[in-house]
Amino acid sequence: MLTIKRVPTVLSNYQEDAAGCGRNCLGDCCLPRERFIPIYNFRQLPLYAFGNNKPLAAASQVDLPADFLLNTLLLGQWEDRMSQGLFRYDVTACETKVIPGGHGFIAQLNEGRHLKKRPTEFRVDRVLQPFDPSKFNFTKVGQEEVLFRFEAGEDDASRFFESASVDESVPPNVVAINVSPIEYGHVLLIPRVLESLPQRIDPESFLLALHMAHEAGSPYFRLGYNSLGAFATINHLHFQAYYLAMPFSVEKAPTKKIHINEELAKNGVKISKLLNYPVRGLVYEGGNNLKDLSDVVAQSCIFLQENNIPFNVLISDCGGRIFLFPQSYAEKQALGEVSQELLDTQVNPAVWEISGHMVLKRRNDYDDASEEYAWRLLAKVSLSRERFEEVESYIFEAIGVLKPEKYETETNVKEEASFQPPVAGPPTYPEGCLVIQ
Amino acid sequence: MGSSEERLLESLTSRYSEWIMEALGDLSHDLNFLITDPCIAGHPIVFASRGFLTMSGFSREEVVGRNGRIFQGPETDRRSVMEIREAIREERTMQISLLNYRKDGTPHWILFRLYPVFGRDDARVVHFVAVQVPIPRRRSSSGRQVARGGSLFGACRNEVRSDLEFRCCLPFDSYEDSDNRGLKGEEMREAGDSEKQKAIDGAAEILSKLMQYSKLTGRVVCVKRPTSPQPGFSHISSSLCTSLGRIKQSFVLTDPHLFDMPIVYASDAFLSLTGYGRDEVLGRNCRFLGGPRTDVDALKQINESILAEKACTVRILNYRKDGTSFWNLLHISPVRNSTGKIAFYVGVQVDEGAKNDVHGLSPAVRQLGAVGAVKVAVRSLSSCAGSSSRSSS
Repeated sequence: MLTIKRVPTVLSNYQEDAAGCGRNCLGDCCLPRERFIPIYNFRQLPLYAFGNNKPLAAASQVDLPADFLLNTLLLGQWEDRMSQGLFRYDVTACETKVIPGGHGFIAQLNEGRHLKKRPTEFRVDRVLQPFDPSKFNFTKVGQEEVLFRFEAGEDDASRFFESASVDESVPPNVVAINVSPIEYGHVLLIPRVLESLPQRIDPESFLLALHMAHEAGSPYFRLGYNSLGAFATINHLHFQAYYLAMPFSVEKAPTKKIHINEELAKNGVKISKLLNYPVRGLVYEGGNNLKDLSDVVAQSCIFLQENNIPFNVLISDCGGRIFLFPQSYAEKQALGEVSQELLDTQVNPAVWEISGHMVLKRRNDYDDASEEYAWRLLAKVSLSRERFEEVESYIFEAIGVLKPEKYETETNVKEEASFQPPVAGPPTYPEGCLVIQ
Repeated sequence: MGSSEERLLESLTSRYSEWIMEALGDLSHDLNFLITDPCIAGHPIVFASRGFLTMSGFSREEVVGRNGRIFQGPETDRRSVMEIREAIREERTMQISLLNYRKDGTPHWILFRLYPVFGRDDARVVHFVAVQVPIPRRRSSSGRQVARGGSLFGACRNEVRSDLEFRCCLPFDSYEDSDNRGLKGEEMREAGDSEKQKAIDGAAEILSKLMQYSKLTGRVVCVKRPTSPQPGFSHISSSLCTSLGRIKQSFVLTDPHLFDMPIVYASDAFLSLTGYGRDEVLGRNCRFLGGPRTDVDALKQINESILAEKACTVRILNYRKDGTSFWNLLHISPVRNSTGKIAFYVGVQVDEGAKNDVHGLSPAVRQLGAVGAVKVAVRSLSSCAGSSSRSSS
């Protein structure tokens, strides 16, 4: 059994004392099922009902209402919880900067997130593990940590209900705050929270996450997913999301389109792979509707988890671009293949770090953060080229894409240890063009 | 104030005089370009050239007032759109080959070249000029090879250099390997030397007109970013302006680092709520909203929470420009920038009589939503608008 020791992130104020209740959690103790309906007893938990059957391109094509509904609701509720003092620190008081260099990795100094407590042992060699009701899970969060329910509505337009009764047949998806936010608006989307699903992608839940990105309608609101073995902290199905109004490095990375078979192409789904990025990954975009795109990515994730390959997913561009990264950092860490120097920074490379947003816990690391460091860390996360190509071809088989012809050699993708300044670096400019300010 | 149509026109005439429309109309007929104003909510197009309208098939009325994204379609590359968005955010020149859509839904390749236009005194971006040159179909992909290396840098040796300092921030050519953009069944088209030269020459004509006519109003513009704003001007960047413009609530930002905490940003909704024009409120302390029956205790409470750097909500009687009063459920909160320090205070006004909106959101949620949106905008944008990252981006 492979394990690593790390300090778990505190997502809920009730994570530490998960025992017995009397404090308004979502579990049976505080929220008996018969009282659950109507939703009034969920302390009048508000409901966001998103419209159905919207075309995928809608977000970018039409002029959005300026303060888009889900944004306003989410930000407003989040600010409200902030004024109630539910967060462990004010994340807007944390320094943040763009690390100099062509890739634009973003660093944040967050001294409050790190708990001064003993590291816990995490098993990292099992991507799928059964749900364990004795451990902390999201039915144990306080009701005040829940912002709203997020469900499919009945008609085309999205709508908000300050309180709504639920149909017993509709299990509630909830959006809750992360009490250790890494940016403003950091929330958790917990599909069918009361069904106690383990951290495992299924098509329906993945589509729900895509709907949330689409509803927010902001390119700066992204969702992420970490599988077990890829730095998920809690084995209870959840996605994370937050606002950061700058591009992530991975969103800027060049890509190479993979030629896929006609059936998939008919759905409008395009698959590319990342070039010139330290972590190898696939990019999914397009699709005639959200479901087409969602299904292809979900199938890819299902293949990975069933074959015990840890992975991270970034949902970006209002649900229109999805990045999938199989990873092996935790495994390397467990096998002692990660240098002490990298381990000392205590950065766990989960989806946000992989996408280019590094949360650093020590002032020194923040002040000294360089592109070279970020690259070195992320290169450790990536599968080797051989392994990635192998995994990739299995994924294509699993989603019914013909195995692509051999690619040209990846001259653009640098190998793990050899960091070079990216092509986009300033030195390539002729002198006359440089504007020094 | 006036209607939104007048505001779009004023965006140009107040800066470049009444004669600018005629001057732009006199430019060569096959010059396709748009001018947008990032300081108006929604970052709308304020001018579309005749050439552009002919090329796109839209009428002027269908284009002016809309955001440039209306020309994108299903096959428009998402990463290219992101690159344009980021150039706007970082207020820099950029060019890219882009697949746009005409009114009839047919796609066409253009070379898109973007220029920020700065106000000389406040160093703020007042407009963006987007020049678009159609890219014809080529027989082979050899055009790519020709395009590589030469033309972009050539701009720096061009005679326009003395006027325009090109901020060559992104080496677009380095992305040539990526082929994830494309028409269905058609290869992506890369601009050749002639298109690039045409874009540069056209831009030089437009920009020199703008600079020339801005001298008539005394509100002089330049194409090179002024090194720093003149004293007395606030430092709200155009990108921050664009983000704030998306927030449909009544709110102001005040700068605690300037004497007497003046208003440095006022939303459109604030102006309609209070009846003042923007020029009448910028630079003033919020106390002008008070009047004879305004409660002194409420004002004291506001001052105390600002001193304590805390948020507060107060119910306060405010007065409009016409002298009528309203009960304002005012929420004030400190807003921090990327360094974690307080950059502004945001004050969001809610008229006590306000109702839930059409989507079902209560005034209280919308009020805090506006606070959150301002925090997101200020927190992220300020870390890029800083001078240190500008030179490296």
